[in-house]
Amino acid sequence: MFDGKGNGRVQAQSLPLRLRDLRFERGGQRLLDIPALSIAPGEPTLIMGPNGAGKSVLLRLLHGLEAPTSGQVLAGDAPLDEATRRRQAMVFQRPVILRRSVRANLAFALHGRRMSRAEKADRIDALLRMARLSDRAAQSGRSLSGGEQQRLALVRALATEPDVLFLDEPTASLDPGATQAIETLIREASATGTKIVMVTHDPGQARRLGGEVLFLNKGHLVEQTAVEPFLDTPATDAARRFLRGDLLV
Amino acid sequence: MSALSVSLRLILSGDPDLWEIILLSLRVSLFAVLIAALIGMPLGAALAVGRFPGRQVLLVLLNALMGLPPVVVGLVVYLMLSNAGPLGVLQLLYTPTAMIIAQVLLVTPIIAALTRQAVETLNEEYADQLRSLGLSRLGSVPTLLWDGRFALMTALLAGFGRAIAEVGAVIIVGGNINHVTRVMTTTIALETSKGNLSLALALGLILILIALSVNAAVALLGTTAQRTAYV
Amino acid sequence: MRFLRSLAIALAAMVGLTGAAAAEAPFIIVQSTTSTQNSGLLDAILPQFTEKTGIEVRVVAVGTGQAIKNARNGDGDVLLVHAKPSEEAFVTEGYGVERFDVMYNDFVVVGPASDPAGVAGMTDAVAALRRIAETEAPFASRGDDSGTHKAELRLWDAAGIDAAAASGGWYRETGSGMGATLNLGAAMGAYVLSDRATWISFGNKGDHRVLVDGDTRLFNQYGVILVNPEKHPNVKAAEGQTFVDWLIGTEGQAAIAAYKVDDQQLFFPNAD
Repeated sequence: MFDGKGNGRVQAQSLPLRLRDLRFERGGQRLLDIPALSIAPGEPTLIMGPNGAGKSVLLRLLHGLEAPTSGQVLAGDAPLDEATRRRQAMVFQRPVILRRSVRANLAFALHGRRMSRAEKADRIDALLRMARLSDRAAQSGRSLSGGEQQRLALVRALATEPDVLFLDEPTASLDPGATQAIETLIREASATGTKIVMVTHDPGQARRLGGEVLFLNKGHLVEQTAVEPFLDTPATDAARRFLRGDLLV
Repeated sequence: MSALSVSLRLILSGDPDLWEIILLSLRVSLFAVLIAALIGMPLGAALAVGRFPGRQVLLVLLNALMGLPPVVVGLVVYLMLSNAGPLGVLQLLYTPTAMIIAQVLLVTPIIAALTRQAVETLNEEYADQLRSLGLSRLGSVPTLLWDGRFALMTALLAGFGRAIAEVGAVIIVGGNINHVTRVMTTTIALETSKGNLSLALALGLILILIALSVNAAVALLGTTAQRTAYV
Repeated sequence: MRFLRSLAIALAAMVGLTGAAAAEAPFIIVQSTTSTQNSGLLDAILPQFTEKTGIEVRVVAVGTGQAIKNARNGDGDVLLVHAKPSEEAFVTEGYGVERFDVMYNDFVVVGPASDPAGVAGMTDAVAALRRIAETEAPFASRGDDSGTHKAELRLWDAAGIDAAAASGGWYRETGSGMGATLNLGAAMGAYVLSDRATWISFGNKGDHRVLVDGDTRLFNQYGVILVNPEKHPNVKAAEGQTFVDWLIGTEGQAAIAAYKVDDQQLFFPNAD
């Protein structure tokens, strides 16, 4: 369904996502300090690290929800701007479902896009099928279960066929079945060319999704490596301790 | 109690004068609330999401305006609309329109302040998601108002309650003219001044009944919304 | 959206009723006093005028002082009040065209049946007030610059008593209309100077009754004045003049004489 999407020129504008001399402070505290980072198109990028490492803040900076205290966020070769932002999408840990029907939640994401009524309806139907919510379309979005709400939030984020999809621990509060459904959707999106940038605390999930890991600790980027070597042979002490501690929990 | 039986008899008699007064009360207050909502809701929502210098001062001012004394509002509107005043040419004094204007001034701050609160709460949940979907702060106002619609019913109710029960402003700018600007509250004031206390009390009971029905209707709407998870 | 639309339609329907009333018959606004309205006189006689002339009369009933101020602002076409000196000043200053006597009634001193000051049956109003002041029996005054209030102040003056000095003590200024003051007087057993018309038609008399009347100084004259269109061009001079002419003419005078409450005539026409 997402054809016209592998278009290299479009991706070139949204990606790579790069940070240059980036610092982010709040209330006098430095939360993030990353001299250089590049996130390339392709396989998912998974952001890991202990609590307070700056994972969510990094995601929000990349999506333009926060502005850096100093330094730059670049998309392609240009600073992140409103036009590029519109080709990004984000799913939050707790899904924000509008107080409307399931279908209206999806229509909301398409509002203002240049599409005919029929095109929009077709797109929404396809998204409903993807999320396996076709029979719930007329229901209030907020009457869905937690897992269903997150599926709805995810396909809503995909409605505009974004080049980049940010996910902030989307399965943190879900049971294994619901988690599996979300991961399937993420893999499908990735397979059709959407770049996945996702915060996760779950090494198993990282292994299942594959790609690369950005390991953050105390606001610094400590490692950027492929998932398997990161999990099996972490290069830094911090990563080792994190993985050991997290697995023990 | 005699007032109770008087009010029952009044309602059952279908007295055309009484109905005229009730309808005018509803018309004036509902129209005033409608206009106040059209002004107050976007204003309150903009104050909730906006970040600009002087915002805090505006919020304090708005909250203070909620307690505007009706008589003062009535007096100000009278001075504006009087033939000796700047808007005298409009010939609006002693008309229902003048009463609506006075009530709009009284009700708008209430609706705006309550809207501000409701929208601010909702925005804490929505802000990131709406930004993510490409909406600006002000651009998200219609969405916040629509999704907060059931919470905003409370703001409308508070405004309606103030409008329908208010006498100080409407009696000055309306003049309590029989068949023209006489509403429930000014009739109650008139009957009290005639010493017809049980009739005045009976009219008061009818007024309470009206307010009660309106509130009940809205509560019912809210319950339905809650059951279908739109709140 | 469906919800908003139905709300809008409902409101539009309510407001639509206002629109219907917009195309209306000619009308005038009469600034008058609570006594003419509360006594029911205007409700009784105005329909006769409207039926004859097709002119609707909208009455704003406030205290005489307020009525004169409103008329000064041009917020009325005709002034119908009862405070002759103020009315004459109104005309002299050019706000009114000409003043005509319309009718009179009289003031009465009402008070509790127990009559602590012992004024029952007196016909000398000034002496009665003096006795109330001497015994410091509670007295409720309008205190609102109305015609009745002005009449009361003239009586205190004649009695040589500075009632205002006792304000807050036995002398209570309500700052409200006749009815509100009577309600208060009935509740606290205070003497009140009232116009007879309002008193007769008043519904909450309690154990109060008329104790003093019949003094010529209690005479209460009503006058009618057309607001000067040269001061305020919006004044509906033709319609207003029609009303003044009717009120002081045979028909209006007869209508006033015919109005009775409990078989008592409340106002006595005395136009020239």
